[in-house]
Amino acid sequence: MDRLDLKKLDPNFKHRVAQELGGEHIRTCYSCGVCSARCPIEKIEPEYNPRKIIRMILLGMEEELLKEAFLWHCSTCYTCQESCPQQVNFTEVIFALRNMAVRKGLAPAGMGVAQNLLCQQGRMYEVGDFENEKRLEMGLPKIKGNPEDYKKLLED
Amino acid sequence: MKYAFFLGCTVPVRNLNYELSARLVARKLGLELVDLEDFQCCGFPLKSINYFDSLIVAARNLALAEQADLPVCTLCSACGGYLSEANHLLQNSIDLRKKVNDRLRVLGLEYKGALQIKHFLRILYEDIGIEKIKERIARPLVGFTFAPHYGCHYIKPAETAGGIDPVEDPKSLSELIEVTGAKALKYDTLLNCCGGSVLGAKEDLANTLASQKLGEVNQLGGDGLVLICPFCNVMFEGQQKKIEKKLEQKLKVPVLYYPQLLGLAFGIAPDELGFKLNRIKDKEFLKQFEKEV
Repeated sequence: MDRLDLKKLDPNFKHRVAQELGGEHIRTCYSCGVCSARCPIEKIEPEYNPRKIIRMILLGMEEELLKEAFLWHCSTCYTCQESCPQQVNFTEVIFALRNMAVRKGLAPAGMGVAQNLLCQQGRMYEVGDFENEKRLEMGLPKIKGNPEDYKKLLED
Repeated sequence: MKYAFFLGCTVPVRNLNYELSARLVARKLGLELVDLEDFQCCGFPLKSINYFDSLIVAARNLALAEQADLPVCTLCSACGGYLSEANHLLQNSIDLRKKVNDRLRVLGLEYKGALQIKHFLRILYEDIGIEKIKERIARPLVGFTFAPHYGCHYIKPAETAGGIDPVEDPKSLSELIEVTGAKALKYDTLLNCCGGSVLGAKEDLANTLASQKLGEVNQLGGDGLVLICPFCNVMFEGQQKKIEKKLEQKLKVPVLYYPQLLGLAFGIAPDELGFKLNRIKDKEFLKQFEKEV
C-alpha cells in the first residue's frame, strides 16, 4: 500500500458514515479484528478485509474506499456482526458504504438494477401469462407483478 | 393458526416445488396460509442501493399485512430476515416510522408497527411444534441421512431474527429433520454461507463459498442437502454443475426443500411435492415413496 497522504484524509468521513442507516456504531470499533478473523470472504479474497475497511473509515479515506469493488463482495452472512464485542454492526456498515458509493456514482455497473426492475415489473422476476399458466397447472394461485406502486413510492 | 403468506419474488416463479410442498404440509398441520395479492418485493434487493427506499418497499408489505390483521409467514430467508429487520427498525424509531409513512401515504397506506413476521420453518418449530408434527408422521424416513443448511438470514442478525436459534449452534432444522425419522448430519461446514448474495457481483467468489459445503456433504455421503431459502438453492442446486467443474470432481449432492422432506414423511407422493422440479435428486430414494404411497 502507498504511503498515506495526510492532506487527503477527511476526518469527517466517519461522522458521515455514522449518520447513515446502519453506520451508527462505526466509531465504537477498538480494532480487535474478530470481524476479519471470522470473515469467510477474507479467507478466499484477502483484499476484502473488514478490519482494514474500518481503519480506512476512521482515518477518513473516503475516496479510496468508496471506489473499491470489494465493498460489493460481502456475502452478508452477518458472522462479523454477531462476533463483534463492540456492536459495530459491520455488515450494516457495508450497506451504508454501498449506499454512499451509489450516491457518488462509484458503484460497479449493474448494481442498481433492482430499482429498475421494481419500477418496470414490480418484482425481481417478471410475472406474465407464461408464469401464471405454469402456476395454475400446478394448482397454485395467480400472482401479479404491479410496478405502478413503486413508480409512485420511489424517488428517481 | 392463520398467516398472510409472503411468497417474495423468487419462490413463486423459480421454486414452485418449495411453494407447493409448503402449502401441502401447512394444510396437513392446520396452518392456514392466506394469499394477499398485493404482496410483492420484500425490499432487500434495494438495501445496498438505497437503504431508506428499501425500508419503504418493505413497509408497504407490512402495512398490507397489518390491514389484513394477519402475521406474516415467509418462505425465503432473505425476505423473512429483511421484513423482520424493517419491522424492528420501524417499531423502535417513531421518527423513521413517520418518515416512511409520509411516503406510503401516496398509496393510502400506513404502518402502525404491530406486526409479527416468521419464517415458515419457525412456525413449524415454534407454533406447531415437534410433538404435533410427530403425530402426523405416516412414513418415517428411517435409514436416511440429510444435511441441514440453515443459511444466514434465517437466524441472523440475532437482534431482529427473533432468537429462534443460538447463532453458533442452531438446532431447529436438525430437530425438524429428525422428527421425520431421518438423521440430521453433523458436519464442519454446517454454518457456512451459501454465497448467494455475492453471485451477482463476483460469481467465482460465490462458487468458492458454496463449494466448501457441497464438497464436505458429498464426502460424508448421505441423501441430500436440506434447504429453507431460494437464494441458497440458487447456489447449491443452480450452481452445482459449475462448482463441479471448478473442483474437477463429481458432486451430485441432491438438494431439496424441507417441506418436501416432511411431505414425504407425511405420506404425500413425490410428484405432489414438486420433486419433478428438483434438478439434482436421488431417483432411487424417491422411487421407494412412489411404490409405497
